[in-house]
Amino acid sequence: MNLSTAARVPQGLSLQDIVSIFLRTAIIFIIVNRALTLLNLDNFFGISTLIIELVVYAVVIGLSVPTIMDVENFNVVDFSITLLRIIIILLVVIGATNTLNVGNTTTAQWINLTIAGLAQGSIYALIALGYTLVYGILLMINFAHGEVFMSGAFTTVFLAQWFNRTGFLNSAPFLAIPIMMIFAALVSMSVAILLERIAYRPLRGSPRLVPLITAIGASFFLQYTFRGLYGSGFRAYPPVEILRGGLPVSSITIPYTQIVVITSAIFLMSGLYLLVERTKMGKAMRAVSEDKEVAALMGIDIDRVIVFTFAIGGALAGAAGVINGLHRPQGVNFFMGFFPGIKAFTAAVLGGIGNVPGAMLGGLFLGVIEAIGPNLVLAGLGIPGANQLKDVIAFTMLVLILILRPQGILGERLAEKKA
Amino acid sequence: MNTTQHTINWKAFLKYGLLAGLVIVYVSAVGMLEAFNEREVIRDVVTLGQLLIVGAPFFISLIITQHLEKDAGNIPLPARGLIIGAIASIPPVVLVGLTQVINFRPILVNINRGMVEVLTFENESLLVGSLILAAVMTVAGLAGSSITLLPAKPRRALLIGLIWVLGVGVMSELVTGVLSEHFSRDFERSLFERDTLKATTAAGLFLITTLIALGWGYSNDDIKKQYRALPTSSQQIARGSGFLLLGLFLIVLPQIVGSALSETLSIVGLFMLMGLGLNIAIGLAGLLDLGYVTNYAVGAYVMAVMTSTGALGLAEKTGVDFLNFWIVLPISVIAAMITGFIFAVPVLRMRGDYLAIATLGFGEIIRILALSDWLAPIIGGAQGVLFIPNPTIDHIVLWRGGQIIAALLIGHILRAFIKPDWQPSDNIYVATITKFAAYSAMGLVISVAASEIVRAIFFSSLDLSGQAIVRGPQQIYYVILGAAILALTVSVRLNNSRTGRQWMAIREDEDVAAAMGISTARAKLLAFTISAATGGLAGGILAVKLGTVFPTSFNLLVSINVLSLIIIGGMGSIPGIILGALFLLGLPELLREFEEFRLLLYGALLVAMMLLRPEGLWPSAVRRRELADDDSVSTAPAVGD
Amino acid sequence: MKRALVLAFLLSLALLAFGGTIHAQECDDAIGCVEIGPDDPITIASMLTTSGATAFLGEDSLGGIEIAIEQRGGELLGHEIELVNEDSLCNAEGGQTAAQRVASDETILGVIGTNCSSAAVAALPTISEAGLVMISPSNTAPSLTNDNPDEGGVWQPGYFRTAHNDLFQGAVAADFAFNELGARTLATIHDGSPYADGLQDVMANTFRELGGEVTFQGAINVGDTDMSAILTEIATNPPDVLYFPIFEPEGNFIAAQSVDIPGLEDTTLMGADGLLVESFPENTGDAAIGMFLSGPLVTGDAYQEFLETWDEVIGGVPPSGFHAHAFDATNILLDAIEAVAVETDDGGLLIGRQALRDAVGATEEFDGLTGVLTCGPTGDCATGEALAIFEITEAEVFDDAWPPQPVFVPGGE
Repeated sequence: MNLSTAARVPQGLSLQDIVSIFLRTAIIFIIVNRALTLLNLDNFFGISTLIIELVVYAVVIGLSVPTIMDVENFNVVDFSITLLRIIIILLVVIGATNTLNVGNTTTAQWINLTIAGLAQGSIYALIALGYTLVYGILLMINFAHGEVFMSGAFTTVFLAQWFNRTGFLNSAPFLAIPIMMIFAALVSMSVAILLERIAYRPLRGSPRLVPLITAIGASFFLQYTFRGLYGSGFRAYPPVEILRGGLPVSSITIPYTQIVVITSAIFLMSGLYLLVERTKMGKAMRAVSEDKEVAALMGIDIDRVIVFTFAIGGALAGAAGVINGLHRPQGVNFFMGFFPGIKAFTAAVLGGIGNVPGAMLGGLFLGVIEAIGPNLVLAGLGIPGANQLKDVIAFTMLVLILILRPQGILGERLAEKKA
Repeated sequence: MNTTQHTINWKAFLKYGLLAGLVIVYVSAVGMLEAFNEREVIRDVVTLGQLLIVGAPFFISLIITQHLEKDAGNIPLPARGLIIGAIASIPPVVLVGLTQVINFRPILVNINRGMVEVLTFENESLLVGSLILAAVMTVAGLAGSSITLLPAKPRRALLIGLIWVLGVGVMSELVTGVLSEHFSRDFERSLFERDTLKATTAAGLFLITTLIALGWGYSNDDIKKQYRALPTSSQQIARGSGFLLLGLFLIVLPQIVGSALSETLSIVGLFMLMGLGLNIAIGLAGLLDLGYVTNYAVGAYVMAVMTSTGALGLAEKTGVDFLNFWIVLPISVIAAMITGFIFAVPVLRMRGDYLAIATLGFGEIIRILALSDWLAPIIGGAQGVLFIPNPTIDHIVLWRGGQIIAALLIGHILRAFIKPDWQPSDNIYVATITKFAAYSAMGLVISVAASEIVRAIFFSSLDLSGQAIVRGPQQIYYVILGAAILALTVSVRLNNSRTGRQWMAIREDEDVAAAMGISTARAKLLAFTISAATGGLAGGILAVKLGTVFPTSFNLLVSINVLSLIIIGGMGSIPGIILGALFLLGLPELLREFEEFRLLLYGALLVAMMLLRPEGLWPSAVRRRELADDDSVSTAPAVGD
Repeated sequence: MKRALVLAFLLSLALLAFGGTIHAQECDDAIGCVEIGPDDPITIASMLTTSGATAFLGEDSLGGIEIAIEQRGGELLGHEIELVNEDSLCNAEGGQTAAQRVASDETILGVIGTNCSSAAVAALPTISEAGLVMISPSNTAPSLTNDNPDEGGVWQPGYFRTAHNDLFQGAVAADFAFNELGARTLATIHDGSPYADGLQDVMANTFRELGGEVTFQGAINVGDTDMSAILTEIATNPPDVLYFPIFEPEGNFIAAQSVDIPGLEDTTLMGADGLLVESFPENTGDAAIGMFLSGPLVTGDAYQEFLETWDEVIGGVPPSGFHAHAFDATNILLDAIEAVAVETDDGGLLIGRQALRDAVGATEEFDGLTGVLTCGPTGDCATGEALAIFEITEAEVFDDAWPPQPVFVPGGE
């Protein structure tokens, strides 16, 4: 957007710098470790000394970083961010090393966890596409997108239960499930279109915080509307007989549901990719996201494209709702969209918001990290109740990505417009 | 416009009529109608649920019919309302009919017999009930449009009377609570029956308030004129005594309203404190912080761990036992500020929506950490921190403090009467300080002499060597009041300071601000840090108010509550925050029926506010000026971006 | 002139107010009395969580209270029983606010509540100081009926509960797991609620004392859906019993997903009364078959009758497992009021607050739905006898049978 922001992008560390930092770390590691052993401190206010050690290393290393980096341009913010980056890297490396050294978890278990993570991740990815598509075109975060997902998943649970009662679900599962997905997609799509029409369209062109606050409001409004409509209890998708059990592959068994989840997500995502890349509407969407005014001059109906974008995002979220229902059948209630929404947003940012393949990649990545992170890293750090902190990993990752690589893994197509 | 006068645009009628009708269907389907019907506004006359049914067509035709000139052709004003009301009744009547054909209950849990009973006014025959419903809504529409025919002043008076009656009716528990605090039970019962307004009382109240409003409406302008005509010094005295009265009112308030309402006031006060803090980040600097609860949690946990007498307390763990509320409160504030600073550093470069999501993440991280088994040895985890003692104050401190405050007040009054034009020096600072010192000294002599004499004569047994324990909402209220006055003073000063203007520059356009030589990183850090302070203050007070701290108190809803009150009150506007806190936290506390629908209404309010009145209920002066210059919505709330 | 009119109006109001007749009745109770006029109702309050995510708990208890009042025809000693409902939420703020509201209404005699222990801890000082009686149907935290602050006890006079102290339920669960199932290793999961955390802690401690080994004590968060990580961690050292005394839907996720985790095939699943709800087996599917749940033993004809009344008055089935406790709590309170009320000359009632407390405290051999209740000195009315372990079978999962059959009752039978 302007030159001053570009100039303030933090200087990254070169490979040489990192090697140098790690060498220093190794030396300090030995010294501090000896010192702490001599002091015989096991526990300080219940925090494991390992954590204290890590903080000590990080501070020491952090202090040495400015000498490596360009001293003349030293500033507190860059320094703190570098420090943070080093702390995180250290935590991850040490945690993972400890866990693997102890070796309680077998390789088969790790693989199982990874596949479960991929399944969860592909659901995140489907929701994330809605964020990314809307962001690509309107440069706004549709904070209420998680609720769009919920509306489809929650409404379809009644259809699924009806199918189950009539026996249709188990007599023709491969007909029933697509019908459910289409139904959920239609519900979510309608909610998304209404949302755009009522809450967002009148605010187009107003300062950025205004639609964001509207979106937060709409998110709560939708949640509690559905709570009022369907009640506050938990409901569950009925089990599908044919998906019981799993596929044995050498030493592990992959549950059929996870296979179905992953394949149908891939199917949907490739469909979307073709739609955006190959069709006329997709071309129009890309044109609008490049430059609205020029696109309008070219005869593209901007409103139509925006509505279409919301509709597609909503439909994918609705379908994700049913897929989620196959994978994690319980816990269907009005609040089920909130956390997946935030996670999916994280996935979108992770992959590079505005970037369709990025959202898919980000979702899968986040799913896997969430599945193996607590056991791999936190347990290794000696943190009790590591799984309780699963969301801390996701949120920390979100903040880190926003700080360190706001353009995401695959880079943001619209980076220059964002600032 | 005149050319189209005789063609009638039925679509407009249909649109607004159906809007009103669908509102009724919506509130029925989400269960709001039935829940609100539990509350009788006027005994045996009308319930809150019925008010909803009447209110929707009434207000829509009150607002819309005048603006239908172009569409309505030659239909007279009352008839327009009649038509809208009639159309509005179609959706709910259809809904009632449908319930007889389809059983919605297994899916739409609130479309049930209870809802139908409310909609049909508990009539046994559904047909008769539906007819009554249609008639009521049609008449309500008619009333809404007819009332616009009245001249402005009586119309206002009438509406004010109506609002008073409905207000007292809805808030009847509050009113009876206050009445029974001060008057006999029989008096309360002569006006209210079972805590609801009697019809006769309602009629009397309506008459009185309408008449007063009418009288006020005609004399209001005169009073304003008279006030403006006064000399400046008299205006100052008037304003000063106004403040004095307000101060006195705030001091006696908990005694007037009793402990239950003081509790509500305390909660409003705590959120107002947080609102004042978050306002610095959002309202002044335009930084949308969705993780404000972090500061609240840090303040509360610091207070809890440092003062608790239980196993988790510092006293038990380290033997440090001199810490009490008054010593730890500043530490809570500082701890919150440090947290604010630490969390601000990584997000300094983010803008707008990214910042919002990152801070939301921080809030969640803090909540999970507070709950975690990992930190449980320090802050209790799920079991929380118990045994936080009540604050104590030495009687002598109270006594001397009262004398000093009285001295300052007396000095201030003296200044207006004794030599108001006295200029002891040409240097403005010297003059101000000298004057302040001189008058305060006089005040001190008077206040000490008077109070000691009164004590010697009337309260000779008053023991000043003891301690007062601050407990219960009526006393915690004063701690919160004190904190609020402090925070208000700082906020007002900051608003008008150099730093405040820097923040506003950043809010308007960060790049331009940077180009003007403002260190944006420094200013933003400062904004986050100072904004965290009142969060810590509120948290510290919360800890002693509850006597326990549990992680469940620190969820995302706190952040959303604070955000909502700022935005609905008016971003950047201090009176707006007070209003927002009263409105968003006070009202739901008083109306239990709202609790269930609180977040639904918050959500709807946030959306409606952004669409219709983005500057808030009580916009700041700057905003109002901006709006006067340029009335396009897009330039009004120039936040962020 | 106008001002004078207003002033006169206010003055007349004030005169009217103070001119009212003042009843002079004798009250020799240590902490005051409640006086009920001849036509006035007897007022009791509920402080339950009736909104938010835990609303089902409050609705469950409220139903129990309403049925108890209904069964007395809504009347006691010829006075109508009025129930004032305050929402205490499931947190400290809610508990305190509700307590202040209840305490400021001088006509209220006693309170049924709260649902959550955190609300109770914050409400207790206010309630106790106001001279009220509070009987909780679902607080299970041991600290609430412990009067020794050095041990973390927060009990104050006036507090009672019909819910089972975690100390009892945790011990029953451990006893069953160790002695009946023959388990030697145990893993526990809680969800960050004080209830689940406390209960799993008692269970684990008792299990250790019995000679078993606790291999894992972990936690998940409310809102988590993917339990594979924590289950895999547990499966690295598979325990004989996995105890998760949490609620729906996290409990369903753990039960359902444990099937897919290799290593947990031989682990027996155990939950507590939080999962003892009708929707649990149905929502979980066949993964719930063979799972054990600890909870209050509420069976028999009286309970069947209660369930029928519930269906009649409220509709459907109770949404949680504490309605019977609430029913008993209400009856204990109303019985005590009946016992201590003194009729006055004008046909009203005079009830001493301390006398009422004493009467509730003296409850002995009360034959309730939740067993025979006898209130101890620090408010524990449930003695832990009427607890049982239930087994979920195919009948509950597929045929809507409810409640499940008890398979273990402490003390044998």
